[in-house]
Amino acid sequence: MTSPVVARVKQKRIAQLISLGKRLDERGLTDYREAQVEVGVIEKAEGSARVRLGRTEVLVGIKIEIGEPFSDVPNKGVLTVNAELVPLASPTFESGPPNENAIELARVVDRGIRESEAIDIEKLCIEPGKKVFIVFVDVYVLNYDGNLIDASALAALAALLNTKVFNYEVKEGEVQIKPGYKSLPILNYPIAVTFAKINDKLVVDPWLEEEQVMEARLTMTIEKDGKICALQKGGDGYFRIQQILEAAKIARQKAAELRKLVVKK
Amino acid sequence: MSKKKVKKLIDEKDVRHDGRKLNELRHIKIEVGALGNADGSAYVEHGKNKILAAVYGPKEVHPKHLALPDRTLLRCRYHMAPFSVQERKSPAPSRREKELSKVIREAFEPSVFTEYYPKTSIDIFIEVLQADGGTRCAGITAASLALADAGIPLRDLVSACAAGKVEGRLVLDLTDVEDKEGEADLPLAYMSNLNAITLLQMDGMLTSEEFEQAINLAVEGCKQIYQLQKEALKDKYVEVKEAIEKEAEEQ
Repeated sequence: MTSPVVARVKQKRIAQLISLGKRLDERGLTDYREAQVEVGVIEKAEGSARVRLGRTEVLVGIKIEIGEPFSDVPNKGVLTVNAELVPLASPTFESGPPNENAIELARVVDRGIRESEAIDIEKLCIEPGKKVFIVFVDVYVLNYDGNLIDASALAALAALLNTKVFNYEVKEGEVQIKPGYKSLPILNYPIAVTFAKINDKLVVDPWLEEEQVMEARLTMTIEKDGKICALQKGGDGYFRIQQILEAAKIARQKAAELRKLVVKK
Repeated sequence: MSKKKVKKLIDEKDVRHDGRKLNELRHIKIEVGALGNADGSAYVEHGKNKILAAVYGPKEVHPKHLALPDRTLLRCRYHMAPFSVQERKSPAPSRREKELSKVIREAFEPSVFTEYYPKTSIDIFIEVLQADGGTRCAGITAASLALADAGIPLRDLVSACAAGKVEGRLVLDLTDVEDKEGEADLPLAYMSNLNAITLLQMDGMLTSEEFEQAINLAVEGCKQIYQLQKEALKDKYVEVKEAIEKEAEEQ
């Protein structure tokens, strides 16, 4: 994927403003863009959600199928996360098998859900060692304007909370689908918070042009009790220890704010 | 339900399953210049991990259109041999290997003076011959030496090791079982002279306090590895120097 072009003069302006504690789109350094969450947008999927983060737009669909468990965990369901950087989302996206950016996106979203134990996968076991539910989380990027990780993780969580699992009964080793649905058993609510380091300062939720300027990127996924459950550094630069600890503090606050958008108490 | 593991990974005296203390690294053996054809290479044994790293470049870019006008194109391939793990791994690059290749490359970007070699490429190859937890870190340790061995100007060596949480305790340099059975794994790459973290990942669960301690623990581990890397580099070039001197005497 080639990166979109941002004029040097604009890059400079973005970086200068940030060193003054301001941003080109007039946000504060730790402000998110306006986030909108819509659930149940695809009726044929067992769960779905569309998240808009400023102009970034991500759709997540959940499909549930019956399959075999992994042999080392015979009593647990299977979680699979895949991400597609669909060519209609950006002039820089190309069709073809997922590239390293798509793979990284999927794996960071996956890590948050898996490590926080967001889904009670033991409840997704039908017959130990033989049949379990497989939860497919498919991230579909529809419009790329920066910070795909946070938008995708938020959409994935919203979609999982919206997911219905069909009722079933086992008759002579065969699984038969019965009418009616149950919600997916959810135990935790992981939220990804991404920082960009620009001019040695941290900003939250970088948009596309900030991503072009940033030296490095850091994603922290925070679970419901404020613990850190996943981390990923990206980009060509580095971080200082102090910056990482500062990011952890901000991430906890931001995660709590974002979580309110998808978890209605 | 699966049977609970009877064997504990850390005993009452804070001794780990392989006899180490909580903050102790595994034994590390480093050999710089292990391969004949590569411009630079290194072999690292980190506990039971056995890893080869090779660097080719700076050289012409193939395919040409990938060349960058203002700096070298740094590329990295992290790959595990099919026989490196208990159950044979397919040799085709997995999603995990692709992700690690990316983050390892990004861990070296701040270390290499990429602007010295515009329109060229530098290729880093990391082959895991045997894996026992912490292969990406040992791979980085090896690849950094391979870059130095290739004579590529570096801002600093990159050293890497993981910290994590096992049975409620923070530990340094997790083995494979500690990673699998443990509660958290935090691999980190660090440039000791520049005090810069160039790779950071984590899976598991840590509170803010544990997180801070884990980062500091991993950084301390990296500093120890840094010393070993410097010694290994010196060793090779002392050998080279001695060989040259001997030849001069004989003439």
